[in-house]
Amino acid sequence: MSYIKNLFDFLSTPTISFTLLTVSFPFIFPPSDWFDKKNKQWGIYKLWTNKGAFCIFSFITFFFVLGYFDPYFNLTMTKPDNIPIILMIYSMIFVVWLGMKQAYINDERLERGEKPEEWTDPDDKVLVWPDLVYIELIALIIFMVGLIVWSILIGAPLEEPANPASTPNPSKAPWYFLGLQEMLVYFDPWIAGIIFPIFIIVGMMAIPYMDINKKGNGYYSFKERRLGYFIFMYGWFVLWVFLIVVGTFFRGPNWNFFGPFEWWDPHKVVPLTNVNLSEYVWVKLLNKGLPASIFAREAVGFVIVIGYLFVMPLLLAKTKLKSLFEHYGPIRYSTLMLFGLAMFALPIKMYLRWLFNLKYIIAIPEWFFNI
Amino acid sequence: MADKEKKESLLEQLGESQVWKSIIRSGVPRNRRQRMYAVLGNVFLHLHPARLPRHAVKIGYTWCMGGLSFFLFVVLTITGILLMFYYRPTVEYAYTDIIDLTEQVPLGIMRELHRWGAHAMVLTVWLHMLRVFMTGSYKPPREFNWGVGVLLMTITLFLSFTGYLLPWDQLAIWAVTVGTNMARAHPFIGHEGPGASLLAIGDINLVHMGSDVRFALLGGRFVGEATLLRFYVLHCIAVPFIAMIFMAVHFWRIRKDGGISGPL
Repeated sequence: MSYIKNLFDFLSTPTISFTLLTVSFPFIFPPSDWFDKKNKQWGIYKLWTNKGAFCIFSFITFFFVLGYFDPYFNLTMTKPDNIPIILMIYSMIFVVWLGMKQAYINDERLERGEKPEEWTDPDDKVLVWPDLVYIELIALIIFMVGLIVWSILIGAPLEEPANPASTPNPSKAPWYFLGLQEMLVYFDPWIAGIIFPIFIIVGMMAIPYMDINKKGNGYYSFKERRLGYFIFMYGWFVLWVFLIVVGTFFRGPNWNFFGPFEWWDPHKVVPLTNVNLSEYVWVKLLNKGLPASIFAREAVGFVIVIGYLFVMPLLLAKTKLKSLFEHYGPIRYSTLMLFGLAMFALPIKMYLRWLFNLKYIIAIPEWFFNI
Repeated sequence: MADKEKKESLLEQLGESQVWKSIIRSGVPRNRRQRMYAVLGNVFLHLHPARLPRHAVKIGYTWCMGGLSFFLFVVLTITGILLMFYYRPTVEYAYTDIIDLTEQVPLGIMRELHRWGAHAMVLTVWLHMLRVFMTGSYKPPREFNWGVGVLLMTITLFLSFTGYLLPWDQLAIWAVTVGTNMARAHPFIGHEGPGASLLAIGDINLVHMGSDVRFALLGGRFVGEATLLRFYVLHCIAVPFIAMIFMAVHFWRIRKDGGISGPL
């Protein structure tokens, strides 16, 4: 048993779990023909069958049952405010499973030249009274009963009265913001707390204008829109839901990582050995001191950031993504690139941190301008 | 058999009465025409069209999540109003009022309903968004409504966040402290944000700890009395007001954009 627990602790280390998710995601939601071939070859599409659901949910349930009887994980998972996260894990995976199952059925139908399952004769309509209002009534009664049972079983949490003088360790934001708090490990507050949220909101609002694939409108489907699907699912599940789970279950005192079955040791010592890019360049590579001028000091960082966000899309528009650029036009193309590159900046920075202990690409603490 | 006939006729009679007809304009909905009138003539039901394509009533298509989100908003409004009778948003009383609520009200689960309902609403809104994405329903002509939906999701999170402070316990003030500390780093208008030092006249910084966006949000330099009042007003009046406007647009646009999405 302790072997299994140690394995879980090891697997849930952000470096390992994030890498596993990132690598497996294109195989689960194949964005291109090559991945699609592998998906078929390895039978990953079977996840979206009843057997697949059984396997997924037994695995998750096994994990939570193990956690419930573990003295340490029990403390985290049975916290009243963490119950929604367990519900989130189950419901999110269930609805994606349900959607993907129907999508695969529809994909097959479309391949055979049939209409999607949702299609019905426009003249054959049902009446809202009684066909819809009764379903709504039943749904809300069941839902309300569930909510009342939940409310009777678990009391709303109330800790000691507010005391500005005693900061709890760790201090956590409400669970739905823990993805942002987790991003704080890799980015400064002005990016993780302001720029990213704005980009997430505006970027999501821009999705219908960036994804101009007309297919797959109004029915579950995957094949017709697999690249858009992959990007959205990766952003939603890996860069949002997964980070919430990490922030809630795996972050203990001083925001250090703890495996689910580890004790939250407040004195855990984690070496802080992060180094700025400017120090890498000037001190380690060139063997000089940091130059006095801020712009000279951070020149390499500026080149990288501007190159990544602005020059690279320009070059791609002339070369590899030429057809996309011509199809999209300059405004749509730059919107897509800006939001897409900003999104993938998060995993890139995470790996730079893990692989090279890189702290900031541009570090200007004088102006609070650290990237 | 005779009994049933009698009951039907009783209902029928009731349906023909002046009182019934004055309230429910169309009488007992028995035939197709009356059933359509039942929806069209009712201010609440006429959010719906009178007739729907068959797939729209399938739970596997909609997951019911949009409707349940709205239902939860109603539940939270009602339980919230009841909670407001007992709760005073001051540092002196807030915490003890919550204690009172749990200890003095027999079988009281209003706070539980309100808190778990709020968490559930965040979930249903997210699931609704996933459903809309997976069915590609954000595609034309519904692009704008997807945008309104994203804003509604943000509003839901902000509603939940402002409510988080009100119990005034350790959980509340530190979660809100962590959350609002982000505002310090807002570019230009947060005192620890990039560019804030540019906004200065001579040596005097215009953006400092007592004038930045975090100060505006908290009504002070740290989470305190003014913050509690501010979050209370935001939570009970301001944000629900905004949410209702966006919801009205959201629902109206569903109908205007051709009703529920579906394959053509």
